[in-house]
Amino acid sequence: MSTVTHGERVHPRAAGFFTDWRTVSLRALRLTWRDPEAFGPALAIPLFFFVVNIGALQKFVEGSGSFPPGFDYKAFQLPVAVIFAVTGVSRAGSLVIDIQDGYLDRLLLTPVRRGTLLLGLMTADFVLIVCLVLPVLTLGLILGIHVATGIVGIVMFVLFAGVWGLAFTGFPYAIALRTGNPTAVNNAFLLFFPFAFLTTAYLPEQAMTGWLATAVKFNPTTYLLSGMRSMLQTGWEWGEIGKGLLAIAGVGALSFSMAFAALRGRVNRS
Amino acid sequence: MSGLMQRATPDRQPAIRASALVRRFGDNDAVAGVDLEVQAGEIYGFLGPNGAGKSTMVRMLTTLLTPTSGTAQVAGHDVATDADRVRLRIGVALQEAALDGKQTGRELLDLQGRLYGLSRTERLRRVKELLELVSIGDAIDRRINTYSGGMKRRLDLAAALVHQPEVLFLDEPTTGLDPTSRAAVWAEVRYLNEHLGITIFLTTQYLEEADALADRVGIIALGKLVAEGTPTDLKRAIGSDVIVAKVTAGQAAGVVAVVERLAEVDRVEIAGDEVVMSVDRGAAAISPVAVALAEAGVTVEGLTLRTPTLDDVFLHITGGRLQEDAA
Repeated sequence: MSTVTHGERVHPRAAGFFTDWRTVSLRALRLTWRDPEAFGPALAIPLFFFVVNIGALQKFVEGSGSFPPGFDYKAFQLPVAVIFAVTGVSRAGSLVIDIQDGYLDRLLLTPVRRGTLLLGLMTADFVLIVCLVLPVLTLGLILGIHVATGIVGIVMFVLFAGVWGLAFTGFPYAIALRTGNPTAVNNAFLLFFPFAFLTTAYLPEQAMTGWLATAVKFNPTTYLLSGMRSMLQTGWEWGEIGKGLLAIAGVGALSFSMAFAALRGRVNRS
Repeated sequence: MSGLMQRATPDRQPAIRASALVRRFGDNDAVAGVDLEVQAGEIYGFLGPNGAGKSTMVRMLTTLLTPTSGTAQVAGHDVATDADRVRLRIGVALQEAALDGKQTGRELLDLQGRLYGLSRTERLRRVKELLELVSIGDAIDRRINTYSGGMKRRLDLAAALVHQPEVLFLDEPTTGLDPTSRAAVWAEVRYLNEHLGITIFLTTQYLEEADALADRVGIIALGKLVAEGTPTDLKRAIGSDVIVAKVTAGQAAGVVAVVERLAEVDRVEIAGDEVVMSVDRGAAAISPVAVALAEAGVTVEGLTLRTPTLDDVFLHITGGRLQEDAA
């Protein structure tokens, strides 16, 4: 070992909430970029479904006579593809690796604000989610979808999807922190199915009957899709947009409560 | 020790003080009422077999685990009620190198510095200093998942030192390392203590490690501190020499019956296929022991004279060998 000159003392101190948040976020963003498997499939699957669904159902639905003239099934399907792309995207898998490798303990040994350990990951998730929305939206525009609310509507549409994706991240984080088990986190995608399929993913609400109609009514994704579709197809329908935002807020309140409770449990030192 | 940059804890309190410290998991007391004091500038070796409670003790003293009862202060601050102040003053290298394989070594050290509120200038300087200390070289800019086990341990140690802690906890720092890497870690521990004045609390299951590094040793078994002192004092307490008779299965009781009658033998203990005799003057005692065994017709496979080890201390106190559990 070499002889080392250790100069002046440094003065460690709690860095503060925003510095901690920024530090944890930057690490999560850096690692997201180094983890192409985190966003490759998340992008490929919705693009695939978008193209296949339009190819299989567009002529049938638009020619059924059940919808007003000019009904654009591509615009109807675009929010579904976006929701498929962003729902369940999170760094919960890497959080489990941090738990298993002891790196979470290394972070907990510092004076870092505990909440920022989760907020930093969610910040990176939000950036990734927005990045996933853009190519799907671009494909839709290339296929000729007209956005009724213009450029502002496009920005709003992207933010809507981003906030929804963010609201959903709490569920996988809660599972990761409660279990520390990668299999459990991988299985969290099962939560996605009722949200994504018991809704108006393929047909409008008025075409649903029986138990499915009831399930669709109670599924927050129904209101989310409705708000996003209104921005694309009909213009600023604030009632629909408001219901969509309320649905996001409800899901976010539930999932974030679960995630931060799980974080408290993990760092409670008991 | 010669602390060139020794920093005393507030009011010259002990660097670590634990009082009746207990940690219970269900019905099991992993730590069952430990009292100890470690003075500033000391290397304290915490020795015990697997499952004795060493890591649980470290996790409590480093604020990762709340004690079930009892109190502990580290660097003058209570680990339960003043955990953030404790965290600013301690460095910790846990049993497994706690690293993030997808970051580079430099990114990891820089991130540690940021979380301790160090300025950019301080972080750059500390990374440079630590690079010299732990000899990682150009690999610092490679991703950690490409490092060898020894390099990971050294980087983990560097991460624990970014903020210049007063007290450093090393939980089994050499377990699983090859002899060369182990020697390098020992040299680093000595350097940190002697030249930087850092108080070191070191857990280990290796006797020679505690013997070589620690100013004082605490021996823990079944969650209790069963002996404490300098390695020399602990070994002296069981006699100046040890005669070990290696026996075949079932012969130990016969050997004990013969040698315990000898005036030269102070104490006899059985450890597996060995009978361990504590004696004052080994050179004078070994002949009477050999003669007595021969006259009694008791066959032994070997008779060895040596000075006591900490393993003999552990055997004397607990009735079991520490070394059997060690890797």
